[in-house]
Amino acid sequence: MDEPLNLVLFSGTDDRLQAAAILTAGAAALGKPVNLFLQYWALDAFRADRIGADHGLSPEAGAAGRAAVDGLRKAGQASWAETFRQAKELGGVDIEACSLSMDLLHLEQSDLDPLVDGVEGVTAFYLNAGEGQVVFI
Amino acid sequence: MGVVEISQHVDARGLSCPMPIVKTAQAIKTVAPGELIEVLATDPGSVKDVAAWSRTTGNELVEQSVDGAVYRFVLRRK
Repeated sequence: MDEPLNLVLFSGTDDRLQAAAILTAGAAALGKPVNLFLQYWALDAFRADRIGADHGLSPEAGAAGRAAVDGLRKAGQASWAETFRQAKELGGVDIEACSLSMDLLHLEQSDLDPLVDGVEGVTAFYLNAGEGQVVFI
Repeated sequence: MGVVEISQHVDARGLSCPMPIVKTAQAIKTVAPGELIEVLATDPGSVKDVAAWSRTTGNELVEQSVDGAVYRFVLRRK
């Protein structure tokens, strides 16, 4: 449980981000450190002015998937952003923006939601990853 | 077991994974070692999740029961 869980987030759809948030929260609840690395469309979803917006679902969800996801949210499920906030409250969760993706999207850290702790490159991410698994979502 | 002194109550009824465990982990930090927390949940997955969390973190699951749709767990902070 001491090795960090390292998640690289690439996809910016609400379903994949929720899946990532749940994996993060579960690990954090077990005392396992989690390092997140936000790239491309996942990084875009963490923009302060967009984090609460509808980011859509993966194409495989279809209409049935959309209805299922909406049903769960209506029943009170927390958003992925709120799930990440709850996970961070437990400690051990670090969320970093990929510096290349920051350039790609012309972003400054001040454009990002406070959930994002900083900006780093892939080398720093690997250093912090240690012997832990790296998962790509 | 006789009357138990609960130091912190967690109402996770209606919450789905991972929130029952997240709330449990948050709550255990608010009590002193040896003290008890009580968790109520309706998510059926919480039964295995709470057991797994208890085993992994070393916070003992001292009591577990179900009343209709509500699961009740009592855990002791290690």
